[in-house]
Amino acid sequence: MKGTNLGEFEELVLLTIAALLNDAYSVAICDELEKTSGRAVKLGVVHSVLNRLEEKGLVKSKLGDATATRGGKRKRFYSVTSAGKASLLKAKEVRDQLWNRIPEFALKAI
Amino acid sequence: MKESEKGIHPPRWAERFLCWYCKPELLEDLQGDLNEYFERNIKSKGVRKAKLIYIVDVIKFLRIYTLRKPKFIDLLIQWIMIGSYIKTSGRSIVRNKLFSTINIIGLAISMSVGLLLIGLISDIRSYDQFHQNKERIYRVTSNYQYLDHADDTYFASTSPRAGQLLSESFTGVEDAAVMYSGADDDIKTTDDKIIPLKGFWANASFFNVFTFPLMEGHAATALKEPFSLVLTREAAKKLYGTTDVIGKTVTLKEHDDQPYKITGVMEDVPVFSHLQFEMLISFSTRAITQKEYEKEEMSWGNIWQGYVYLLLPENTDLTTLQANIDAMCLRENPTVENTKIKLRLQPLADIAMGKRLNNSPGETLDENVVWVVLALTFIVILSACFNYTNLSIARALKRAKEVGVRKVIGASRGYVISQFLTESVMISLFALVLSFGLFLVLRPYFLSVNPSLETMIRLDLSFKMTVFFVLFAVTVGVLAGIFPALFFSQLQAIRVLKGSFTSGTFKNVNMRKVLIVFQFTVSLAFIAASIISYRQYVHFVNFDLGFNTENVVNVYLQGNKADLLIKELQEMPETQGIAKSRMISGIGNYYGSRLKYKNPQDSIHIQFNAVDENYIPLMGHRLIAGRNFKKITYEENENEVIITESVLPYLNIDTQSPEKALGETVKLNGKEMEVIGVLKNYYYGSAQDDYKKIVFRYIGEKASYLNVKMSSTDWPATLNKIDRAWKKVDPIHPSRVTFYSEQIKERFRDMLSMLKIIGFLAILSICIAAMGLLGMVIFTTETRMREISIRKVMGANNSQLIFLLGKNFMLLLTIAIFIAIPGTYYFFHTVVLVSMRNHAPISLVDLLLGVGSVMGFALFLIGMQTLKAARSNPAEVLKTE
Repeated sequence: MKGTNLGEFEELVLLTIAALLNDAYSVAICDELEKTSGRAVKLGVVHSVLNRLEEKGLVKSKLGDATATRGGKRKRFYSVTSAGKASLLKAKEVRDQLWNRIPEFALKAI
Repeated sequence: MKESEKGIHPPRWAERFLCWYCKPELLEDLQGDLNEYFERNIKSKGVRKAKLIYIVDVIKFLRIYTLRKPKFIDLLIQWIMIGSYIKTSGRSIVRNKLFSTINIIGLAISMSVGLLLIGLISDIRSYDQFHQNKERIYRVTSNYQYLDHADDTYFASTSPRAGQLLSESFTGVEDAAVMYSGADDDIKTTDDKIIPLKGFWANASFFNVFTFPLMEGHAATALKEPFSLVLTREAAKKLYGTTDVIGKTVTLKEHDDQPYKITGVMEDVPVFSHLQFEMLISFSTRAITQKEYEKEEMSWGNIWQGYVYLLLPENTDLTTLQANIDAMCLRENPTVENTKIKLRLQPLADIAMGKRLNNSPGETLDENVVWVVLALTFIVILSACFNYTNLSIARALKRAKEVGVRKVIGASRGYVISQFLTESVMISLFALVLSFGLFLVLRPYFLSVNPSLETMIRLDLSFKMTVFFVLFAVTVGVLAGIFPALFFSQLQAIRVLKGSFTSGTFKNVNMRKVLIVFQFTVSLAFIAASIISYRQYVHFVNFDLGFNTENVVNVYLQGNKADLLIKELQEMPETQGIAKSRMISGIGNYYGSRLKYKNPQDSIHIQFNAVDENYIPLMGHRLIAGRNFKKITYEENENEVIITESVLPYLNIDTQSPEKALGETVKLNGKEMEVIGVLKNYYYGSAQDDYKKIVFRYIGEKASYLNVKMSSTDWPATLNKIDRAWKKVDPIHPSRVTFYSEQIKERFRDMLSMLKIIGFLAILSICIAAMGLLGMVIFTTETRMREISIRKVMGANNSQLIFLLGKNFMLLLTIAIFIAIPGTYYFFHTVVLVSMRNHAPISLVDLLLGVGSVMGFALFLIGMQTLKAARSNPAEVLKTE
């Protein structure tokens, strides 16, 4: 099933959510991604990725409390589900396996 | 800093758009994010840019996953609920009889005018639709410029030469039908039966361009040979009693020695055709019968009698074609001295309704008039819709509970809107039934408003029209009901049911006032406009043209010998005098000619009439110098003219001493003549002209009209006698006898038609406004019954109470007066009357009369209702409360 595979950007977003711990909502994710990856991240893209991740069951969300900022609108906080954690680990594992197979000299040659 | 930022909002419409399309579960988060970015952008990029980014983002978020899914279940429920809506609406309509009656009657009378107009437009739109190539047929219209007298009026007629050139030497034109008017003639069969028929000369392409099916004969050849004639079915029946007439020969009155062969019988011309005729004669005939055919008739400048209709190939580029035609005009213009002709193409569909062109072969409904009447009707319908809106909202207190309960049970805003729209559409459908009855009653009156309407349209009911009627009624219903529906649907159940909801809390009170003011402004403006127009009409009809038209009857000779009829008429004791003339003055006819004085290079354009020696005294023209014509036997010998004062400056003679002009020689159309008299100026063409330069010349045998002065106590009998005299002279053609004053009225018939329509709409709008007002007064007095009773108990008298109840309405009416009267005055003063010469001044008395009548009526209504309330027994009221 397509749902078990993570896209590159999906993986980044998922990792950011995990990294932000309790403060993972759309704008913060956006900012954090910009900061770490150094590329411009559009809010619309992040939103649709979040939406997709939630559909796949990799993240879950709940509305926070209303604050004076944001025109009084509540934030939606995301957290990684166990399925999300599993797929992150799986992705890491796949990469690690591949990394391990590359001899050091070969890498140097590149 | 913080404070000022808080005041800045993202664009409201973008916010609302987001709310509209976004899924509710995603909405709040999205809104929040956008707001957060917005606030950031204000700081970093400024307010304007931040707003722009917000809008762009809102649009960007419009994606499949954010879109709200339409709720099919809602639609289903709406559908199921319709039955319930109809039932409850029906109950509500029956419960509020006064409210329903006012609305149904108001909507019905305003909609009846709408129905008439729908019929009118649907009839006009079906004109010329029977031609198979209707999309590709264009009429060639011409603009004529002599020397530098340029104007941009186009004639419907075109030179046959243009038609010939276009069809023969032009690529991009498939075919050209050339027609020539003036073929009306008396047809004589071999059995000596004579019938006058109307028709055109037409070339062989006629049946190719137009779709007039032939019953007998061949379309391709019927009009090819000279002396061929095609009859309509009815004309053939009239002549022979059968349509089997191919090959028979007839003669025309004009040259009765030449036989014409009948080569075809066509189906009768449909009613909705702008070309109307009973026969067609082959155009090639004219090349043989007309002496001056090559030189004059086929000259480029002869644009007055010919009609050219082009059939263009599919997908023609009109701009290229027009450019080619312009080039052709430039090539041809030098063939005619001092004349420039421009040609333009007019689509077939624009002929029946569009701009009125001169020399048009059929009637045209003036587009502007239709638009004006449509706009006025729309205003009247709107006024009736406002009654509904007003009265619905006024009753809000009663209905609000109902809405509250509905909402508590689970109705969403959409259901409430549907409920109220169902009610208003039901009312408008009831109104449709009533207005359809009115439509049937009004139809004959509407058609008779203007003779051209009567010939052009039928207003027969068709399926298409019925569908339009129903659609129209539904539209009106929605228009009337949409505002109350929106108003009721936004009520909050909790507020309504808690009872903290009183009429005072309505914000819409002001809107209701605005609507009432609007209705009365419209009514007052309509009535003021009708009165002003009526004064103008009376002014022009009774205008002193400078001669006396009283008891003068004009007889059109139709080519008969004047002296024969004069002999018959002189035997009648009622006849006081008979004069002969070429044309009738003051009814919009102009006969032009050129006058030269000493300098042969310099000629001027003048208007002329040709009259006999009896004309000047009979019509009461005043000679200010010189003498009248003397009777001469042969008009070829004419050598005398009479001029009007306005010609004097051209002869370099002071208007103070007209006698100096006597004996001078002028050249009229190349003929030398002596000035024998000077006439006082008069209005030649119309009361709306200046004084023109006019010359009278002599006419004898060739007269077109007899002007007969009569005295009678029994005019119908006298006219009958004239008719009998006419029959002795000309048994074939029906007589054409009219009072001079009637002909002048005829000249202003369009003004009268417009006046009748505006007057009618004025009455309608007053009725509607009055009914609305009545409803409002009844409603307010009802709701204030308790207050009135208490005041009465405390000692208020009737007049105080009437003042209390009526003063608000009177204030509204006063505002309406102050908008309507100056507005109407200004409109007529600067727009309508500016283009009308010699118009009567707008009298303030007239305006006040209009105001007085409307106000009087309104006062009467208010007074009656409030008096009824004031007279009621306070004990009764207070006891039941």
